[in-house]
Amino acid sequence: MRLSVEDVQRIATLARIAVSERDIDQVAAQLQGIFGLIEQMQAVDTRAVEPMSHAQEVVLRLRPDEVSETDRREQFQAVAPAVEAGLYLVPKVIE
Amino acid sequence: MINASLSELALALARKEISSGELTRVFLARAQAAGNLNAFITLDAERSLAQAAAADARIAAGTAGPLTGIPIAHKDIFCARGWRTTCGSRMLSNFVAPYDAHVIERFNEAGAVILGKTNMDEFAMGSSNENSFFGPVRNPWDRDAVPGGSSGGSAAAVAARLAPAATGTDTGGSIRQPAALCGVSGLKPTYGLVSRYGMIAYASSLDQGGPMARSAADLALLLNTMVGFDARDSTSLRRAEEDYTRELERPLAGLRIGLPREYFGEGLSDDVARAVDAAMGQLRQLGCQVVDVALPNTRLSIPAYYVLAPAEASSNLARYDGVRYGHRAAEYADLRDMYMKTRAEGFGAEVQRRILVGTYVLSHGYYDAYYVQAQKIRRLIAQDFAAAFEQCDLIAGPTSPSVAFDIGAKSQDPVQMYLSDIYTIAVNLAGLPGMSIPCGFGERARPVGLQLIGNYFAEARMLNVAHRFQRATDWHQRSPAEGART
Repeated sequence: MRLSVEDVQRIATLARIAVSERDIDQVAAQLQGIFGLIEQMQAVDTRAVEPMSHAQEVVLRLRPDEVSETDRREQFQAVAPAVEAGLYLVPKVIE
Repeated sequence: MINASLSELALALARKEISSGELTRVFLARAQAAGNLNAFITLDAERSLAQAAAADARIAAGTAGPLTGIPIAHKDIFCARGWRTTCGSRMLSNFVAPYDAHVIERFNEAGAVILGKTNMDEFAMGSSNENSFFGPVRNPWDRDAVPGGSSGGSAAAVAARLAPAATGTDTGGSIRQPAALCGVSGLKPTYGLVSRYGMIAYASSLDQGGPMARSAADLALLLNTMVGFDARDSTSLRRAEEDYTRELERPLAGLRIGLPREYFGEGLSDDVARAVDAAMGQLRQLGCQVVDVALPNTRLSIPAYYVLAPAEASSNLARYDGVRYGHRAAEYADLRDMYMKTRAEGFGAEVQRRILVGTYVLSHGYYDAYYVQAQKIRRLIAQDFAAAFEQCDLIAGPTSPSVAFDIGAKSQDPVQMYLSDIYTIAVNLAGLPGMSIPCGFGERARPVGLQLIGNYFAEARMLNVAHRFQRATDWHQRSPAEGART
């Protein structure tokens, strides 16, 4: 696999990370190196193997539909970059 | 006092030979004086001493437990209410946690004192602690060497006697590798034993918290506090309570220790091989039987890990958007621009790389080729261990292929850095418990770690082997202040 600069820009946009023109070649080269490592596993025949997502076979627990958390909005918003009247402020998204 | 074990400290506190306040001041002073190691991101003497005063009241009232009044350093990945909790990142450099991690709750209930928050690779991504926004940690044995990562600050703090014990987390070796490189003991429990609630997420199917200390006996005491079911972690295991100290003294006669031949081949440094061989000789003298085992897919653990962990990281770290907490860029044109600049500024280079790799392997058209293939390799690796444990009770080998490398030696080459985790990553993929204990010194008098890998829930037996080894050797008692004395 060869990663082009355009591929890297597309992934970076999907990941919402701005990569500058100055850094893009180096980022592409490093990702290329990492994918060189990753592709070593393509040679293994795994057709008969079930994917494993977790070490323990756990089933998702359900809990009673009861209020378990108290209102701590003020504490949580104390660490927010911008709030007003209990609301988080972000740039305008709807014209 | 700074070399005392946790049970010796508990005894001194119970006998009123020292108060928790005095003990906490001793370690705070040492941590402050060792600022050039950069082992701590945050110290808050006022908070620590308030907890120490509460512990002293509890000791006076006769309601103290084994850890009451003992100061413990916590990796800055654990949220602690009122403490700045940064995860080694600019993104969270101003984040004061509004709640406690389950691990912190357990230590608080036990009456332990939070001594401070230790430095780490950003979001636990790294093997050298050079990826911290707060600068690299230095290895107390040799200031030119890395302490390992990602729990490098915790390992350095314990090694330099800045804290009697510490917590860490291990996603691909982040407790065991820095423990090895700093000459301390560290244990990654079976996946699911220690709650991940309030432990800032990197790769959720692999992340596991665990203790770091100077001996196996101390690790057992810490584990007794850290392990426990927690409904707020969806993969927390509900099991009967265990006393991890119960088997410490058990004789080792007849115990079968498996040596995976893949852990002793190409890539293993001679100095590490020599120290590990000597440790195996010691274990034989203690009555262990050593058998050869095979873990044929070891080589594939690194590629599989560098698909699965970045995939989970790219999803977990999507939450850092500059809206509700953490860093936000100062200037931006619109919402998307705010996200993109915030994340470019807030994350360091290695975190960005892993998010990009993870985004790519999960993107349309590549999912089966990378993510599903890696999950299948993961099963092959777990099956390797299952087959090996048919022939032995525990597996032993090196923790790291070399002793600590120099700061800067691998920081420009991510792939070289990734390869240094070859002996630890498979354990996380399989979800098994693993630990590292000091077993000697290698080149330039830098410490070597012996890794012990157990079957699921074999922590007590692993601690037993480590404890008997430590009763027969004194590697774990060496301190950087006196040098390696090889």
